Amino acid sequence: MKKRTYNNPVGVSKYTGLLLILPFIIGAAAFTLYPFVSSFITGLKSYDNLLSPEFVGLGNYRSILTGRDFLSAASVTLKYTAVLVPLKLAVSLLTALLLNLEVRGMGIFRTIFYIPSILGANLSIVIMWQYLFTSNGLVNQILALAGASPVSWYGEAAPAMFIIVLLRIWEFGSTMIIFLTALRDIPPELYDAAKTDGCGSVKAFFFITLPQLKNVIFVNLVLQTIAALQEFNAPYMITSGGPLKKTYTLGMLIYDEMFRFSDPGYANAVSWLLFAVITIIIAVMFRLTGSLKEEGS
Amino acid sequence: MKKLLLYIALTAAAVIMIYPLLWLLGASFKTNDEIFSTIWFMPKRFDLSVYKSAWQTVTPYSMGHYFLNTFMIIIPKALFASASSVLVAYGFARFDFPLKKLFFTLLMVSMLMPSIASVMPMYMLWSKLGLLDTYIPLTLPSLFACEGMFVFILIQFFRNVPKEFDEAARIDGCGAIRTLVYILVPCIRPAIISIAVFTFLWTMNDFLDPLIMIQSVEKYPLSLALRLSVDSTGQGYEQRKIIAMSVIGLIPSVTVFALAQKKFISGITVGGLSG
Repeated sequence: MKKRTYNNPVGVSKYTGLLLILPFIIGAAAFTLYPFVSSFITGLKSYDNLLSPEFVGLGNYRSILTGRDFLSAASVTLKYTAVLVPLKLAVSLLTALLLNLEVRGMGIFRTIFYIPSILGANLSIVIMWQYLFTSNGLVNQILALAGASPVSWYGEAAPAMFIIVLLRIWEFGSTMIIFLTALRDIPPELYDAAKTDGCGSVKAFFFITLPQLKNVIFVNLVLQTIAALQEFNAPYMITSGGPLKKTYTLGMLIYDEMFRFSDPGYANAVSWLLFAVITIIIAVMFRLTGSLKEEGS
Repeated sequence: MKKLLLYIALTAAAVIMIYPLLWLLGASFKTNDEIFSTIWFMPKRFDLSVYKSAWQTVTPYSMGHYFLNTFMIIIPKALFASASSVLVAYGFARFDFPLKKLFFTLLMVSMLMPSIASVMPMYMLWSKLGLLDTYIPLTLPSLFACEGMFVFILIQFFRNVPKEFDEAARIDGCGAIRTLVYILVPCIRPAIISIAVFTFLWTMNDFLDPLIMIQSVEKYPLSLALRLSVDSTGQGYEQRKIIAMSVIGLIPSVTVFALAQKKFISGITVGGLSG
């Protein structure tokens, strides 16, 4: 094997960098690798007797996949993700495009659009959201003024899902900022050249903007998908998973099994399945988009 | 004309985005009847006494108590996270070392790891160590650069600082740490502030971790206290008191965001959360 030379300034040991990233190495071992392995092992045990769990191999997985709870929660979670992520990305990108036009007062708009995303996960906001959609809450009052009949937001599956999706879309600010930054980085010469070639703005969007944004779209897609697949707070606080578990996500199932029904074996096995689902979806995304080039040095 | 349309569209969107917050503020002064009968956010009259009673909460402790708890989590966390992320990012950005590729991949992977999956094993571990119901499970991980995203952002920032700066410092006899502290940290200050601010805002919003790790009401951070208040009051209850508590709960985040706004946004835009 060829001996590797380290590209460091004279007098700097190859261990200096290693020493500097030591906190990360310890952290990754303790807070990423350990839970990963431990969770898998716990998932192989049965906790019928909490004090002396016994190995049951894939028993938990068998009962998960044959039971109704998991399949229902998984389908809710996938549906939620499939609806939310494209909508949120579209809203973010569209707003970023508008804000990228040279308008005065852009800073104010940018701040206003950004605020919900930093407050969005705050419990106060969740409480606010609950109020907005009560039977005689603000939204139904507005509907009444518009002559529409009130909606039972918490009583039916689709509206209940809708208010959670809406809350998350309302928080599109951070995704938008990422798009906006990337839009600024597109060299203006590209658009000038397109213009002289007689390219309209719609064409310019599809042939210049979108391709230039490819990486950023991918990053946002991955981040939002991961977040959506783990959704817990909003359904837990706003709908309690209802009505009839129609907004009961995998995150809620894991939480309940672990902390309400004290079944760590089942809960950890579900979390491994969730992890597998996330990995598969991300891998497919990588494949389809021709992967994101990330240099590691 | 086109511009006018753009303004109208943006303004309409901004109003829709911000109206719920205005409504929340207004509703904290309204009677139950008023809340559920008018869509206009302005209350008929302002009676600040509701905030006084909201401050007392419906739990055994006052808002002040929960604020203090929250800050006892947030302040160490923000300090730990900034310091450890800077150190680790510095290592990745400026030095070459064995297994660098592997560790960088691990950094990327750790960003993809769903937190809901790691929360249970960590709960079991902290429970074995007898550290549940303390703030250690919430703060200690920040010492170890556990937020891959932060490290990643800082690496981008370090790359924008010319390596000649390091060279000059070295010729002047600075070691790696002194170069970092005296030369590089001042250059990437906006990014460090962003990280501290992000940590503040996220921790302010954090719900799942304290819900799992903290059991005694005495130690509850704000988010759990709010939830407890909602749960312990019913439909007929004076809603404005809960709403006023929610408004109070937003004040720290709004204040920090307002103070840091300029530096914060430049921090995220320059260095590229954009990857």
